[in-house]
Amino acid sequence: MTIESLGSDALERITAAGDAAALEALRVEYLGKQGSVSALLKTLGKMSPEERQTEGPKIHALRQSVTDALAARKEAIDAAALEQKLASETLDLTLPAPERPRGSVHPVSQVMDELAEIFADLGFAVATGPEVEDDWHNFTALNMPESHPARAMHDTFYFPDSAADGHSASSSEAVGQKKRMLLRTHTSPVQIRTMVAEGAPVRIIAPGRVYRSDSDATHTPMFHQIEGLVVDKGIHLGHLKWTLETFLKAFFERDDIVLRLRPSYFPFTEPSVEVDVGWEDVGGRRVLGGDGDAPGHGWMELLGSGMVNRRVIEFAGLDPDEWQGFAFGVGVDRLAMLKYAMDDLRAFFDGDIRWLQHYGFSAFDQPTLSAGVGASA
Amino acid sequence: MKFSLEWLKYFLDTEASAAEISAKLNAIGLEVEGVEDPAESLAGFRIAHVLTAAPHPDADKLQVLSIDTGDGKPLQVVCGAPNARAGMKGVLGLPGAVVPANGMQLRKSAIRGVESNGMMCSTRELELGDDHDGIIELPADAPVGTDFATYHGASPVFDVAITPNRPDCMGVDGIARDLAAAGIGTYKPFVQEPVAGKFPCPVEIRTDDPAGCPAFYGRVIRGVTNGSSPDWMQQRLLSAGQRPISALVDITNYVMLAFGRPAHAYDLAKLNGAVVARRAKDGEQVLALNEKTYTLDSEMTVIADASGVHDIAGIMGGEHSGCSESTTDVLLEIAYFDPDRIGATGRKLGLTSDARTRFERGVDPEFLDAGLEILTALILKICGGEASEVIRAGAPPVERKLVNYEPLLVEKLGGVDVDEADQLAILSALGFEALNTQIGPGRKTWQMSCPPRRHDIEGSADLVEEVVRIHGLDNVASVPLPRVPGVAKPTATPAQQMERRLRRAAAARGLNEAVTWSFLPTDEAEHFALRQAQGDREQLWVLENPISEDMKAMRPSLLAGLLSAARRNADRGAAGVRLFEIGRRYFRATDGSSDERLTLGIVLSGEKRASGWATGKAQGFDAFDAKAEAEALLAEAGVAVDKLMVMGEAGEQFHPGQSATLRLGPKNVLARFGALHPRTLKAFDIDGPVVAVEIFLDAIPAKKGAASFARPAYAPPALQSVERDFAFLVDVALPAGDLLRAVKGADKANIVDARIFDDFRGQGVPDGKKSIAVEVTLQPGEKSYTDEEIKAISDRVVAAAAKQGAELRG
Repeated sequence: MTIESLGSDALERITAAGDAAALEALRVEYLGKQGSVSALLKTLGKMSPEERQTEGPKIHALRQSVTDALAARKEAIDAAALEQKLASETLDLTLPAPERPRGSVHPVSQVMDELAEIFADLGFAVATGPEVEDDWHNFTALNMPESHPARAMHDTFYFPDSAADGHSASSSEAVGQKKRMLLRTHTSPVQIRTMVAEGAPVRIIAPGRVYRSDSDATHTPMFHQIEGLVVDKGIHLGHLKWTLETFLKAFFERDDIVLRLRPSYFPFTEPSVEVDVGWEDVGGRRVLGGDGDAPGHGWMELLGSGMVNRRVIEFAGLDPDEWQGFAFGVGVDRLAMLKYAMDDLRAFFDGDIRWLQHYGFSAFDQPTLSAGVGASA
Repeated sequence: MKFSLEWLKYFLDTEASAAEISAKLNAIGLEVEGVEDPAESLAGFRIAHVLTAAPHPDADKLQVLSIDTGDGKPLQVVCGAPNARAGMKGVLGLPGAVVPANGMQLRKSAIRGVESNGMMCSTRELELGDDHDGIIELPADAPVGTDFATYHGASPVFDVAITPNRPDCMGVDGIARDLAAAGIGTYKPFVQEPVAGKFPCPVEIRTDDPAGCPAFYGRVIRGVTNGSSPDWMQQRLLSAGQRPISALVDITNYVMLAFGRPAHAYDLAKLNGAVVARRAKDGEQVLALNEKTYTLDSEMTVIADASGVHDIAGIMGGEHSGCSESTTDVLLEIAYFDPDRIGATGRKLGLTSDARTRFERGVDPEFLDAGLEILTALILKICGGEASEVIRAGAPPVERKLVNYEPLLVEKLGGVDVDEADQLAILSALGFEALNTQIGPGRKTWQMSCPPRRHDIEGSADLVEEVVRIHGLDNVASVPLPRVPGVAKPTATPAQQMERRLRRAAAARGLNEAVTWSFLPTDEAEHFALRQAQGDREQLWVLENPISEDMKAMRPSLLAGLLSAARRNADRGAAGVRLFEIGRRYFRATDGSSDERLTLGIVLSGEKRASGWATGKAQGFDAFDAKAEAEALLAEAGVAVDKLMVMGEAGEQFHPGQSATLRLGPKNVLARFGALHPRTLKAFDIDGPVVAVEIFLDAIPAKKGAASFARPAYAPPALQSVERDFAFLVDVALPAGDLLRAVKGADKANIVDARIFDDFRGQGVPDGKKSIAVEVTLQPGEKSYTDEEIKAISDRVVAAAAKQGAELRG
């Protein structure tokens, strides 16, 4: 067999090799110790120099071409094998991935965090107080003595008298006065507790649960309020107005929030001011913003406020000739409903996971001033 | 309270429109809850003249009327009223008009085949009264074709909410005074010339309870006819929402609504002897005008005669001596009652009335004689008769309060600069008298004498409010709150920051935050009350006046509310429920004060994982899911979780073998977790398994030392760590955690971690034993370990394990 025919025969057979084993057999047949190409190489030693000069390159070229052909074929076979393996590993990626449960933050918590953020920017700290209160902090110290008609308007939940034999009275309280325990009807007792504990100046908000014996479509016996209190020197009604405007604009993220202040009455403030906010009709829904007197607009009563009554400052053990300030209270649930377009207050306290996942907020919707305190839908 | 514009104008000379008045009322603190214009509801109703009336061809009770509506072309109208007849004048509703009483829009129609172009209306249909026996009959001189609303004098009705501090505005007169002070017209005080008595008052009047009833005035009017009150009075009463009853009753109601002054008229024939204001006797009873019987006690003031109580003073009259159609002689009572007494009595009896509302807030003590004269004059005019002389017992507290007032305070407190002369004008218009005013530069104090009707005035701030509200709150400019100087400090306490962090951590872990009621049914609260070491349950707060039995006891645990929510979700078909809540638990401390503990509760129920194409069957929650949440959240709260002890005593609400507490030291329980006891599940009617966690946030210690941003120095070790595995045979009862703790502590310099990767019982492991496999991670320092060093560490591990009774498996 000539070198040429051996070469062409080898390349043809290598190209035709179907798998790695056949290819290996061919490698042994040609390049193995007993292989035909190896045998040809061995003949070189016995050749005359002239003969070697002519035959040598041919034989080396043959070995090279067989080696290359084997390598090329091996690569092709490996590639085919890999392709086949990959084909066998195909997944149906339309199948669902493992689910992770979706958690949520309750709208009331979210809104309380938003309010804390807004008021932190104005220098208000967050204060708290007990929800099971005594009538001194809830009423008397807020200038509502026992016979006060406003007490009756509070629909108060009481605990039986026997439960109130404690006398851990604050300094301003008449010694030996019997305290009646109740569920606080507003967050205002935190005003007293903060002033008694920390003195003045004071700049706080106090969010929390409050209770009224009232239950219908728009009232629940438990709801949430946030109280604001500033006591300092030279604080007046203009500061109250600015603070409320600033807070409501920041909360609703609208520059066109318009406030209407109306004189009103709360025993613990004097003068007392009720605050209406202008709304406009957007697709049948009252959305806060715009002048309430404009056609198609209206006013919504949103919060109560006023200059802290001198007697309250006295009850809290401070000198009302030195210190004066303002206070306000607003419903947190109401703010949440208005901002995030929720209609049913009762659903807030039902724990329906469908509702919580729909109206709740992502853990990562942490209110920040830089991103805007509100969380977009 | 409600009143018509027409009524208001009786006391106020003004050209202002209803809208202007409404805006001003709001601006001065008399909140307008609504304005109703009857002219709007009476649009389309016209005065009509019945020209002819003929029987309906097809119906016995109907007539076919031909009606002149003033435009010259008679209309045909079918009418069923028995009083419809030719020649009468009445009110016709034209097609398009809406009947006020039922909201029905009138249409041109055929009634039994006869065309009808409108409807002749009854009093009731137009909501002007109760009469529905026939159609309205107007006087012969009623102008045909005129809008009925105009003819009728329909006037807009204001509905105004009066705050409890302003009883002086619980009459139209007082509202007019306030409006006039605010520049809406001129106040027209109503002055009644005294009516001279024709004879001495034949009844003795006395007050034996001068504290409860400081003043009691009265007089007798003889020979009255108690018919119906005149139209003008009925119109005004109707505008106030008060149904006319009889002239005498209407007159007292009218004076109450016009002047804010309740009074009472007794049928003299029903009285016996002297009429006395006195304390009730304990157990004394009276049948009140609302037809209910009230049992009184000695802290209540009543008006009584020799035979018994006739009036719960200042609150409600008695049925027995009330005026009726047959009344001919009346005793008028106008008294001043102590506001606190009235409030206390009303609260105790659970009885509200228009009179109580006014008396307990405080009526005008100067208005006794004037009120009595107005009552007398009205009765004489409307019911006839002759009046006795006035008889007076006691005296009302009419002394004027003096308040030192600094005009400067308006700017200092109200934030608005109001000219001193303007301040004085406002205060004078409201009835305040300045005793020593000077006007001009410099700080000054005015002594202001306050009208006794203004019970709300306590001091100078109240006068500031008067000036500011009349001057206008709109004129108060916004002034920025001064910024607190210096670097902004965190305004949330560490506890609040922890609460926020945990809330978002829990949400990030897939839990849904719920807010559940603070109150529970008593049995659920008791189920969750923790047992103290002494065996006592913690003291619960139980409401005296719950809104329902389901909301009676303050929660001692968050799990009860969450369990109920989980059950509701399950009932609605939810497969898996992961709820958490952060809120307080409420206990009564031994000193009677409130002990409120911030707590995080978690309830996991239903499917942890639904059945899946890759994972097979659905899987429920187990105690380790609860443990995972507890540990993850405690770690987020800054607790070193690997230092916590896992101990028992999670509470009887939990499965005894599948629950534990996590403690920092043997006594400080930070959390409890595990599967709930089948008894708990049964009590809450929910299918198990349900697992739960309670983290006691108040028990988590605050970080010690001053806060610093700097972290402890750290550089990752240069050399790779080395893992070695050990398998130990231990008693089945030995907690794996104890073994792990021992292994970890065997060589603190080298062992940086140890974890259990197998817990095996069965073949090859003797009965009563288990095989626990632990992977120990060793961290070399500067140099790699030699074989000898590793062997030495391993020996220490095995020795430490042996102290726990563990034997290295061969």
